Amino acid sequence: MTQRYVLAIDQGTTSTRCILFDQQAQLAGVAQREHQQFYPRPGWVEADAMEIWRNVERVVPQALRNAGVGVDQIVALGIANQRETTVVWDRRTGIPTGHAIVWQDVRTEDLVHELEKRPGAQRIRPLCGLPLATYFAAPRLRWMLDTTPGLRERAERGEVLFGTMETWLIWNLTGGADGGEHVTDVTNASRTLLMNLASLSWDTELLEFFGIPAAMLPRIQASTAPHGITSRVAPGIRIAAALGDQHAALFGQTCFARGETKCTYGTGGFLMMNTGGELVQSTHGLLTTIGYQIDRDPVYALEGPIAVTGSLVQWIRDSIGLVSSAPEIETLARTVEDNGGCRIVPAFSGLYAPHWRSDARGLVVGLTSYITKGHLARAVLEATAWQTRDVVDAMNADSGLTAATLRVDGGMTSNNLLMQMVADSLGIAVTRPFVPETVSLGAAYAAGLAVGYWPDLQGLRNNWRPAGRWAPRMDPVRREEEYEDWKRAVQLSFGWARGR
Amino acid sequence: MPGPIQSIERAAAVLRLLAHGSGRLGLGDIAAALDLAKPTTHGILRTLLGVGFVEQDAATGKYQLGAAVRRLGAAESNGSASEGPAWLRKLPPPGPPGALHMDANELRSWAINWADSLASRTGAAVRVGTAVDGEVLIVHHVFRPDNSEQALQVGERLPPHATALGKVLLAAEPDLAATVRHSHLPALTHRTVVGRAALTRALTEVRRNGWAGEVEEFRQGEAGIAAPIRARGGLVVGAIGIAGPVDRLCDAQLRHRPALVAQVRDTAHAISRDLAAGRG
Repeated sequence: MTQRYVLAIDQGTTSTRCILFDQQAQLAGVAQREHQQFYPRPGWVEADAMEIWRNVERVVPQALRNAGVGVDQIVALGIANQRETTVVWDRRTGIPTGHAIVWQDVRTEDLVHELEKRPGAQRIRPLCGLPLATYFAAPRLRWMLDTTPGLRERAERGEVLFGTMETWLIWNLTGGADGGEHVTDVTNASRTLLMNLASLSWDTELLEFFGIPAAMLPRIQASTAPHGITSRVAPGIRIAAALGDQHAALFGQTCFARGETKCTYGTGGFLMMNTGGELVQSTHGLLTTIGYQIDRDPVYALEGPIAVTGSLVQWIRDSIGLVSSAPEIETLARTVEDNGGCRIVPAFSGLYAPHWRSDARGLVVGLTSYITKGHLARAVLEATAWQTRDVVDAMNADSGLTAATLRVDGGMTSNNLLMQMVADSLGIAVTRPFVPETVSLGAAYAAGLAVGYWPDLQGLRNNWRPAGRWAPRMDPVRREEEYEDWKRAVQLSFGWARGR
Repeated sequence: MPGPIQSIERAAAVLRLLAHGSGRLGLGDIAAALDLAKPTTHGILRTLLGVGFVEQDAATGKYQLGAAVRRLGAAESNGSASEGPAWLRKLPPPGPPGALHMDANELRSWAINWADSLASRTGAAVRVGTAVDGEVLIVHHVFRPDNSEQALQVGERLPPHATALGKVLLAAEPDLAATVRHSHLPALTHRTVVGRAALTRALTEVRRNGWAGEVEEFRQGEAGIAAPIRARGGLVVGAIGIAGPVDRLCDAQLRHRPALVAQVRDTAHAISRDLAAGRG
């Protein structure tokens, strides 16, 4: 019998990747292309959605070629994507009305402050699980409608369409102007501020609050659903799943049971805890979101993003010059036994979860003449470990569940000392799986599951194996002392940036 | 920008090799340590002789760093010429790929994805090691992919003469005879190679084959296969290998299974290729 594969597209912030997986979840082929980032003004971040689509047109055939696989051997396609990035395009020509506004963009800051004061603003969180913030898609879409002449009228007539990246790609893959499917999945829709978390549909109250015409919105579907059949690039493939990238990572880490928690360590850190069928409204500074939806009932999740983890190491390397490569931070940190009383709080642009303090700024405290660069290197790595602890504690408190282990992925997992520190700060084991591409794998898993390539969640679970495991070694009394110390340092960072 | 020039990278590797250890090496030692053909190595040495960077001992025919290099070092470091080639050893420790000793954590970050995939495909535990103070330091360890309880061995040290990783690293030492002479060779099992002549033979074979094997030389019932990770110019910066039960890694005659050997070597080549290309 011919070998069959699942195809995954990971449409990320700076690049688009296509990966083929076989039934044992092994990588069979991969292709990647970067796309340009535009920074037209301070705080603005844009991308060209056409360029991203053209990259998909290239990487899919390339990945098939690299693996020596034909389109007929592909059982399904799954898409994972950068979340909250917003694009609007003309439904007849398929041409975007402007650049896509990327999730890191903060141009809507003033708009968000203005909206905060309006009646109904306090209804947002109970309805969609998220705070009103520049981070999410609705203010961006509103900004586009407000600033592009004639766009609102065209949106009301249904001439232009809104989408996040999976919507844009599915519409193009299934024919574009020629009958393309205009759909989104619940996980992506849950990041817009426009979807009702309980009913999983666009919320009329929220649409009204943000002034978004319903005619331009995609149809919301489950994560695994018949999103369409490709008619371009590699025609005839079933698009069987779509998920936001962090949700895909949760799925790829097979966190299918309540309380199971993952963290992706990249430039920032993204923690997500599966809370099962229970929609947990956070009172500890977390975001409530959909983990995934593979049948009628959604699986909810708590999410805690950390703004600065790996980017602190990059900053130490590029702006301070303490090390010449990122891995070297571990070598430097191992020249000393502990942090020597020094702590770094990397609140470069405020602190995200669970504090959400935009007035916090970064600091180094505890300096004495004893401190060497080795101590600073330790403090850099410990900052990631204790920020993780802050979020995991909030998750446990909100959900009433206890994370038993933390499943990790992302570039920083190659830092052995850091992984040990995370285990020590949490007091639970940290495990790293074999497949490093958990985002792509999650999209592939969801798609393969939808078409019966994998039988059930247990079948996927059986594929998950630890490649490395770090058990906590720190004395519990010392752990809590250290954590108190960290919390004092965090308190000190609050309010340094006066006003906003 | 044109890419790096291979012959210059190789010449730099030869100079680093001569600056390391005893400093006097024969043509065969240098060629073997860098996995280069003898005529190629000879051409590089003749050229370096011509510019005075290398000198050849008339009696033994062995090569050492030349006076011109020492002067270059003295001028740059303000040190005295009598310090010899010490400046070469004082290159910034983490250095670019190509330095004789690569930062252990840097090496892990280059190897991690390839090591995962080697473990998945062979079903065996994978380890990456470097030579530190005459021992093998484990810098990376990937669990055997069977969900069983295992403990990370990162930071542990292994005896080089009794392990496949160690033999690869010993064989990469340019002066094999001196290396073996100075090695401490305790018997860990009844199969451990403890004779100096036998070890020299074994290491010569490792050089020729491009990989090392071990059967119950470290621990009863266990075997290992390893291959060298090379930076630009061919310098060995580490070794990657698999370890596991003898019956998994070897056939009934205790010969290492060729398919596993090929997978270990392919992985080592892939990491070396990435290092040479400077992409992680």
